Amino acid sequence: MQMPEPDSSILARKAAIVARLREVLPADAVIDDPAETRAYECDALTAYRCPPLAAVLPRTTEEVAAALKVCHEEGVPVVPRGSGTSLAGGALPTADSIILGVARLNRVLEVDYDDRFIRVQSGRTNLSVTGAVEADGFFYAPDPSSQLACAIAGNIGMNSGGAHCLKYGVTTNNLLGVTMVQMDGTVVEIGGAHLDAGGLDLLGVICGSEGQLGVVTEATLRILAKPEGARPVLIGFNSNEVAGECVADIIKAGVLPVAIEFMDRPCIRATEDFAHAGYPDCEALLIIEVEGSPEEIDEQLGLIKQIAAKHDPVQLRESQSEEESKKIWLGRKSAFGAMGQINDYLCLDGTIPVSSLPYVLRRIGEMSKEFGLDVANVFHAGDGNMHPLILFDANKPGDLEKCEAFGAEVLKLCVEVGGCLTGEHGVGIEKRDLMTAQFSDADMEAQLRVKDVFDPKWLLNPAKVFPLAVTAPRRAA
Amino acid sequence: MLTPRDEQELAEAIASAREPLRIIGGGTRPVGRTDAAATLTTADLEGITLYEPGALTVVARAGTPLAEIEATLAEEGQRLPFEPGDWRALLGTEGEPTIGGAVAANVSGPRRVQAGACRDSLIGVRFVDGTGTVVKNGGRVMKNVTGYDLVKLMAGSWGTLGVLTEVSFKVLPAPEASALLTVEVDDATAAVRALAAALTSPWDVTGAAYLPGTGAMVRIEGFAASIDYRTGKLAEHLAPHGAVTVERDHMNVAGAWRAVRDVAPFHGRAGDVWRISVKPSDAPAIAERLGGEQVFDWGGGLIWALLPEGTDARARIGRFSGHATLIRASDETKARIAAFQPEPAPLAKIAAGLRAKFDPKGILNPGLMG
Repeated sequence: MQMPEPDSSILARKAAIVARLREVLPADAVIDDPAETRAYECDALTAYRCPPLAAVLPRTTEEVAAALKVCHEEGVPVVPRGSGTSLAGGALPTADSIILGVARLNRVLEVDYDDRFIRVQSGRTNLSVTGAVEADGFFYAPDPSSQLACAIAGNIGMNSGGAHCLKYGVTTNNLLGVTMVQMDGTVVEIGGAHLDAGGLDLLGVICGSEGQLGVVTEATLRILAKPEGARPVLIGFNSNEVAGECVADIIKAGVLPVAIEFMDRPCIRATEDFAHAGYPDCEALLIIEVEGSPEEIDEQLGLIKQIAAKHDPVQLRESQSEEESKKIWLGRKSAFGAMGQINDYLCLDGTIPVSSLPYVLRRIGEMSKEFGLDVANVFHAGDGNMHPLILFDANKPGDLEKCEAFGAEVLKLCVEVGGCLTGEHGVGIEKRDLMTAQFSDADMEAQLRVKDVFDPKWLLNPAKVFPLAVTAPRRAA
Repeated sequence: MLTPRDEQELAEAIASAREPLRIIGGGTRPVGRTDAAATLTTADLEGITLYEPGALTVVARAGTPLAEIEATLAEEGQRLPFEPGDWRALLGTEGEPTIGGAVAANVSGPRRVQAGACRDSLIGVRFVDGTGTVVKNGGRVMKNVTGYDLVKLMAGSWGTLGVLTEVSFKVLPAPEASALLTVEVDDATAAVRALAAALTSPWDVTGAAYLPGTGAMVRIEGFAASIDYRTGKLAEHLAPHGAVTVERDHMNVAGAWRAVRDVAPFHGRAGDVWRISVKPSDAPAIAERLGGEQVFDWGGGLIWALLPEGTDARARIGRFSGHATLIRASDETKARIAAFQPEPAPLAKIAAGLRAKFDPKGILNPGLMG
């Protein structure tokens, strides 16, 4: 992955730029010592690193506005950063950029149960949003795997999802309003505690814009009453195709589970060795979870088991206790960690129409042989969001490049069957150059025009999302 | 009247247009006013292009009648999650509501409190921008963060950024049973309290409305046994708010909610109709300031108001968190009062910037949204 050459005139002005930032921010909010800026050299896509010119860590919307105004006047690119958990390089700096970290903006500002919302500063972690309301029986629905660490700001930037999207949607479906600072320092309020923001749906286009349109400092989020209970069932199959058919049949029968997770044999084995969740050794495993009262759960699981039985499963096991449910989920949630024990891996995030599942899995298997790299599949089957993990050895010269080439082929396949490059991780730098596989020039131009309006000087996270060659004229202007 | 039959013809019509166009689908939701020399309708861009029940996905051309989509989904026991209303009786219009029109107006019914708005179910669009260029965004999968989400931006843009040619949706299973619980309440304040109690319960409420004279209405949907269970729980939970009556007949429940969805209490009545989005607990106080008659949907979050002709609802409400849209009024009133809530300067600037980029000739419903 290439990044643009840093602007030498900005590098030369470092001392002056930092001094101006110090004028408008508290002393501890500006970091420019190279030993300390190293902490911001990468996000969770660790293969790519570059320390920024400096990092700023404001505590208020006003401080964010002041910092952005200085950068705007100085013509310095700004890379917004939540908790730095992006798998796509969304928070990767360039040497001539300022990292604007929102980690210190972590307060809960307002909780209103009757109106069913919480207002938080955007650096607050996803899990701690639920943490703030759970004692009163509420939760915030989007639950990305990184929820312990990831910030709401990043969730909004990447329109994060999680395992329970089939029922509750992704971030954009649970975001009611934002306070956002534009690159020139203008503070805008969009939406709020009412359900629909007025005018054009700016909230909709800001969510998932990867920090390229503005820096969100506060968010109003929809909270929901916790269901009475939830229970998963494990269903093992000896064929991926049959597991895929079972998913489609369950959906067609009118049951809407909150989660349908799918794991293939390599993933099941690695996870079982690691977490001992009691998974059967089979070709494909479904974890299906339903919610409600005990009687409602019995009814829905009864129907699901009836449908699954027609597909001749090798195992069909309903969780019998809270403890067992936790164990079943622990296996799934530690899948990435388990694979990491074996090898380095690249985690893909393409989404496909559910009907293409068997075909895509077969093709990935074939490609795995062609490239000589192993793949494990774990994904959200209900919504077609796949996470193939391609295993490679970072210490072996050429392996990363081979792995990236393999990944690119898989994502092109996702687009070919009617899907997309990324379901919930974002484009970042990782999938930038694949955008042409999904979008025509006109499709991309329409998106670039949106950025032209919000950030005319193209200073916010400018080297992300779109192919560098496509954005070059705008970044140079 | 321009009536392109396919996307290509539509693109050519817009590319060659020199005068402003009034963009319509079925023309059943004539909100606001635009200075246009001619009308362009997408009604002839018709037909469902893809329907996969197992993937909960439907794709249709913009001019496809809503009724056709709903009937096709119903055959497979599915439905559009957002319960789009039919505004013909409310607005005194004729014609056929189209799916593209519903998207352009982001029309969302009572189920919005649980399943989201039209824009939440919309997963892909194709449209022609003001230069005649065809643009696609999103697709047919429900999780997609590839590039900017112009899908949402197009929903509720009332044809001002581009003319929709095709739309894709996530659909949901239609439930086999439902129940309506009606709570007898004294006033709007008591109603909103009862509705909040229902919406903050774990029993998955899919409708929460208040019709003065009828009471606070709560809907649940799902499998029959689950409806039995939740009806019992909710009846008990709502009892402190007033006497609770229960309707279990599926058809009767559907009829009662159709009346809320289509704002039946205002059908055939004189006066202007406003649609006001507010923080639910603010609704009673805002209704008080408004005067006239109101129907609350979305637990109070949506106020439909019937006001004497020519009344400026915004002047009556004063400052509030939310926005008010003038849905039905005389041409004279429409000329005097903006249909859409005026926005703060920075937002108005962004909106104007987007319109200038997507419609540089200023020919798509100019002036409609600002």
